[in-house]
Amino acid sequence: MRGIVAHAAYLPYWRLDRKTLGEALGVPAGSGTRSVAAYDEDTTSMGVEAARLALRGGRLAPRALYFATADPAYLDKTNATAIHAALDLPRDAMAVDMLGAVRSAAGALRAALDARGPALVVQSDVRTGLPAGLDEREGGDAAAAFLCADDTPAQPVLAVPIGAASATAEFLERWRLPGEPASRQWEERFGEHAYVPLGEAALTEALKQAGVTPAALARLIVAGPHARACRRVAAAAGVRKEVAGDDLTSVVGNAGAAHAGLLLADALDRARPEDLVAVVSLADGADVTVWQVTGAVAARRAAAPTVAAQVAAAAGRVSYATFLTWRGVIRREPPRRPDPQPPEAPPALRGEAWKFAFTGSRCQACGARHLPPQRVCVKCHAVDRMAPERLADVPATIATFTVDRLAFSPSPPMVVAVLDFEGGGRFPCEMTDVDPGAVKIGDRVEMTFRRLLTAGGVHNYFWKARPARRA
Amino acid sequence: MASNGIRDRVAIVGMGCTSFGEHWDRSVNDLLVDAAGEALTSAGIALPQVDAFWLGTLFSGQSGLTLSRPLKIDYKPVSRLENFCATGSEAFRNACYAVACGAYDVAMAIGVEKLKDSGYSGLPNIGAAGDGTRAPLTAPAMFSLLAPAYAGKYGIEPERLKEAMTRIAWKNHRNGALNPRAQFRKEVPKETIACSPLVAGPLGIFDCSGVSDGAAAAIVVRAEDARRYTDRPLYVKALSFVAGPAAGPIDPDYDYTTFPEVVASAADAYAQAGLKDPRAELAMAEVHDCFTPTELVLMEDLGFSGRGTAWKDVLAGVFDRDGELAVNPDGGLKSFGHPIGASGLRMLFECWLQLRGEAGDRQIASVGRGRTLALTHNLGGAPGECVSFVSVVGSAPSA
Repeated sequence: MRGIVAHAAYLPYWRLDRKTLGEALGVPAGSGTRSVAAYDEDTTSMGVEAARLALRGGRLAPRALYFATADPAYLDKTNATAIHAALDLPRDAMAVDMLGAVRSAAGALRAALDARGPALVVQSDVRTGLPAGLDEREGGDAAAAFLCADDTPAQPVLAVPIGAASATAEFLERWRLPGEPASRQWEERFGEHAYVPLGEAALTEALKQAGVTPAALARLIVAGPHARACRRVAAAAGVRKEVAGDDLTSVVGNAGAAHAGLLLADALDRARPEDLVAVVSLADGADVTVWQVTGAVAARRAAAPTVAAQVAAAAGRVSYATFLTWRGVIRREPPRRPDPQPPEAPPALRGEAWKFAFTGSRCQACGARHLPPQRVCVKCHAVDRMAPERLADVPATIATFTVDRLAFSPSPPMVVAVLDFEGGGRFPCEMTDVDPGAVKIGDRVEMTFRRLLTAGGVHNYFWKARPARRA
Repeated sequence: MASNGIRDRVAIVGMGCTSFGEHWDRSVNDLLVDAAGEALTSAGIALPQVDAFWLGTLFSGQSGLTLSRPLKIDYKPVSRLENFCATGSEAFRNACYAVACGAYDVAMAIGVEKLKDSGYSGLPNIGAAGDGTRAPLTAPAMFSLLAPAYAGKYGIEPERLKEAMTRIAWKNHRNGALNPRAQFRKEVPKETIACSPLVAGPLGIFDCSGVSDGAAAAIVVRAEDARRYTDRPLYVKALSFVAGPAAGPIDPDYDYTTFPEVVASAADAYAQAGLKDPRAELAMAEVHDCFTPTELVLMEDLGFSGRGTAWKDVLAGVFDRDGELAVNPDGGLKSFGHPIGASGLRMLFECWLQLRGEAGDRQIASVGRGRTLALTHNLGGAPGECVSFVSVVGSAPSA
């Protein structure tokens, strides 16, 4: 029996209030908020965060990683390899991208279910659109991750696919040429016309395979970029309101390639054993899976913060001007400082474990930890007695800090804290998701994988510290 | 194994120092020609009488040609070196050793930096991006890490600490106002300093040294030859330079309230010079006030104040020009800016003037009362990962 053995979603700390967007542009913009990836986040870094949560406390090392996004950080270079490196996955595990369209996410999950060995699916999206457009306002940024594997006592399956079906058709409903800042859409009613029969047909077939009726569903998730088509398909199934559930669009927005995964993660957070959950992904066709939740779901729940907890914890608010700056729409005057330099490829490869996995070293002679890894121990001066030690999940406290208002930052000021890690080790590190005025010596922080900046056409990925979250 | 020093074996017999500032109309070459010329005139010699040269510069040129080309030095040894912000002092140290060992009779140490041509606020970046994992803090931000750590350790209200930082800037500007070579020659009211726009942490723009161009030079000879050149040579009592293991950023035991490198180089220098109580024995000290918290912590690291008490001494005026121990009587980096290669030699130039009684309006009284020793100090790098230089020079020959 193969299924999902671990799940998690990642929501950025920041939200944009749609009202402030409307006020800035002088247009009606509805109510609620959308989630906003910080200036130092992209689909790769958010994917790392979701996958870290999904793998937390688990015992299985993925043999394959499938990364799906409609907004890849790189083209012609695999993005999944950075996620693979940040998760410190085994060298012989495969990591591939499934890129460009929202439907890639459903395909990645299907591929992981069809694979052999533990397979990790990472779905991530940063949704953008032109100012005052629907995509900008109704979009949201998020990531989700699922580990698919056979049922074992060590890591039992939480949800088993008991029915699956797809419907594919070629139609021009939503599209974007590479390099364009926003997608285009045909008129809304056409999309509805194309999607609804596909969704209904695939859902009917999947339920038939599972041998259940819509009335048996504890949860029906219909997700896709076309909101109206999603609502129509959900309504046609005739399920009760609580079965349709909250689609999170009022607080998170539509997270594109990550949205179905985000809602499935939320459903699994809440599910009881034997629940049936159907997920309909409407994107260039329809992909439906009917999941049966197992008794293992409750035990897994404490491993990672739930979607609901992350929704509640996302306390940061950005102004519309900040949002546009973070998305690169507004270019601000830089400081009179040297241009930021791109990281160099050979040192990044030599330091792969350090840069991507946050792996330091521990002296085998005296036990002192070192960040970055050293050859000579700072304490006992032993030479080449180091063993690698990963500190990405080790909490730290702030020894001292500063707010650098002169340094170049994509979102000044730069906040830097000297971190002392629990159990030893020190590293001066940039902070993120933080109020510069609220940092104090002794504050607790945790590490998060980020894109520090992009210079010379190169993304510089590394770790930052953020205030420890209770969630 | 020992640091034996070269106490009283080498003497400074001539010095030169350009004005420091925004020299839009003077090149690196101009500054070198001017500083070298003044030093040669001061020693009463011509260029061919100098046997070897040490040029300190971080950003303004590479190789000995940077000096030999503008000065038209005919086939003599010219070393170009850098050691971060101690670059000028490092040129001086090497020139002294060359003379002390007998390899050369007359050596010139010269330092230059032309920072204003970059157009940057602050210093250019040093080094390549590498793997991109080092937080790219600016210099004021790195030194601002001292402030909350110091205030926290000694239980000082941040407002009181800021007051002490402000007084350091105020004092140095007050001294600089009397110095015709300084970049900034105006007193600055404390309110202006305290309310200046924030640059990093609690550091306002007036807590930071400026960006300027300048050059300075010294001629050194063996002590026994000194009186052939001048009646009032300065004798080199101590030269100490240390590079630390850069442990601060990786060792949780470092607490960002001290520069261990400074403590080490001060101890070495005091041993070489035979100094027991520097606060009582020195006439003055020129220290590396790149940022106000730096000078504050240096007062403790150099042994002028007890741990956790420098802020009180600062507020009590102990280090004012007319205080117990004049610190940065020329105005310091605060008034001169910090053209890296030149700063160490500029500090030495103030010792040269003060100990010879040539400092005019700035002349400190303790020299007249018989104090004959002066200290210069540079540090380069950042808290927890720096190089430090301490020299002691004196107007009295061997004791």
